[in-house]
Amino acid sequence: MNTTNAAAATTPAPLLAVDQLRVGFPRPRGGGSYHPVDGISFTIDRGETLALVGESGSGKSLTSLALLRLVPPPGQVAAGSVIKLDGVDVMSLEGEALRAIRGGRIGLVFQDPTTSLNPVLTAGYQVKEALTAHAKFSGGEAKERTIALLDEVGIPDPTGRYGAYPHELSGGLRQRVMIAIALAGEPDLLIADEPTTALDVTVQAQILELLDRLRAARGMAVLLITHDLGVVAGRADRVMVMYAGQLVETGPTAELFSAPAHPYTQALLGSIPKLTGPLERLAPIPGAVPQPHAWPTGCRFHPRCPVRIDACAGEVPPWRSTAPNHEARCWVVEGRAP
Amino acid sequence: MTALLEVTDLVKHFEGGGGLFRKQRTVHAVNGVSFAVAAGETLALVGESGSGKTTVGKTLLRLEDATSGSARFDGIDVFAADRKTLRDLRQRMQIVFQDPYGSLDPRMSVGDSVAEGIEIHRLLPKRDIGARVRTLLEEVGLDGDLAAKYPHEFSGGQRQRIGIARALAVGPSFIVLDEPVSALDVSVQAQVLNLLLDLQRDRQLAYLFIGHDLSVVRQVAQRIAVMYFGRIVELGSRDEVLERPKHPYTQALISAVPEPDPLTKRKRIVLPGDPPSPTAPPPGCPFASRCFHPSKNARCASQLPALRPIGAALVACHHADAP
Repeated sequence: MNTTNAAAATTPAPLLAVDQLRVGFPRPRGGGSYHPVDGISFTIDRGETLALVGESGSGKSLTSLALLRLVPPPGQVAAGSVIKLDGVDVMSLEGEALRAIRGGRIGLVFQDPTTSLNPVLTAGYQVKEALTAHAKFSGGEAKERTIALLDEVGIPDPTGRYGAYPHELSGGLRQRVMIAIALAGEPDLLIADEPTTALDVTVQAQILELLDRLRAARGMAVLLITHDLGVVAGRADRVMVMYAGQLVETGPTAELFSAPAHPYTQALLGSIPKLTGPLERLAPIPGAVPQPHAWPTGCRFHPRCPVRIDACAGEVPPWRSTAPNHEARCWVVEGRAP
Repeated sequence: MTALLEVTDLVKHFEGGGGLFRKQRTVHAVNGVSFAVAAGETLALVGESGSGKTTVGKTLLRLEDATSGSARFDGIDVFAADRKTLRDLRQRMQIVFQDPYGSLDPRMSVGDSVAEGIEIHRLLPKRDIGARVRTLLEEVGLDGDLAAKYPHEFSGGQRQRIGIARALAVGPSFIVLDEPVSALDVSVQAQVLNLLLDLQRDRQLAYLFIGHDLSVVRQVAQRIAVMYFGRIVELGSRDEVLERPKHPYTQALISAVPEPDPLTKRKRIVLPGDPPSPTAPPPGCPFASRCFHPSKNARCASQLPALRPIGAALVACHHADAP
């Protein structure tokens, strides 16, 4: 545990604080760079589930990689971006200190367990490898702890499954192994990037339930990254909506769903088919998600926005607060400066 | 109901896994499926991966050969059709795939892709094809001037529109839609669903809509067949299946759908485990190992329940009519 001084104890500092995070890639022609992630700021508290929602191309996955300094080259986190974990400046870490964060204090679960597990190593070996990467154990103890982890993530017959290869496990079990690997470093923050997108809906329910149970039991924070607002609805404490490399709305989950403020969030909710309620023709959002090398000017949603005004194409809208802790970045929305 | 398509006891087994050191195993993908599709209607085939739904669609187009069973399209025996008959059938039955990236030839302009069917079936004189392609692209909501462009120049939603235009080109009366919106962004998914509904109305098309997302299926289908482990476990009207589900699996599937509304507090049934292995089908009900029905008993493990009428639906469960 970190030593906390008296001042910090009275006003608990967030576990993770991200300020003006930008990820740049060099332009293939003409020089300069473009920014698929372009000025993201947020905080996560201990024990909370924060959802980051966006469509493909919004920059949400790149955001999660940037938090671990894993942006694939030639991309890089731009100067001026701030990532602080428990007050430690992640941007300045190198070598061993950075490794202690990757897979240690921050665990990562990806969408596709089929490609993220090594097919020629057993499930048990891969979990044990993650355990011993962050702490020293004797051989027997490491195996014992591995089996305990497999049990904790709900793998039936963990002793028997220790020697199973990934292809011998179902998609749901493979994802549980991935979660066990992410838990091996005793993380304070678990980043789950589309953890259930590749899974069937009944298995998805199991995995989401598991993540929430682990969060509560371990006091971990969870950053849940998804394109599916439905996945978020019952699970997250707060939601951030991302569009074209930027956050456009953040708020408490219930509030964001009942009173979405940003026209993009509203349109997204209107375009999703629902299982209950009146059956109406869907209201699609016209056009397509813009490309990162050609973000629109001003508000990046303005070309597709049903309520745009002249100002929208010109300048980037400021954040406005519509309710406590509920903010949207839009020229049209009524609200006060946060 | 006069059926346009009538499928009876469709079975598809794959011989797989055989190799130097492995015994060959039979994969039981589809285990006796029967249903009918009327002209102009949409029947949805819903199930999770491995349920056999995609295989059903492929055998109907003869992209896979059925192991046994029959399919009659407008009275014609599809599985017994010779080359000439099959060619005629494919002018009336078409398929749209999930992945608009994989199903278009990247080296062909989209205009040529759309024109291909018209040329194969010699539906129009050469000089008229360009104009027809243009009309088709416009019908699916694309600019007709884009015909000379290549697939990589389009977004996912546009590519799926091209796939639909390609299917429409030969003037079919029936289209298998195999997860047509699953690969699309949520904001684009609604565009394509609305397009499919408009085309159905304008052209009196019948659809077999294969999907896994019940919320999407609700939007397009008049009737729903729920598949589990290569069988239909429940078949009925949209409202009957979604509002009064009788098979425990259907109930669990509905309860697992994540609704974009935190206030909808439905009873969530979280099923344990996974479906059985398709190489070792259990003798009884394939859902028995995960079933939570209070009346579940030894019979479920030993005897396969037949699809039988319960209320206004057909249900394959020994106990669905028990309280």
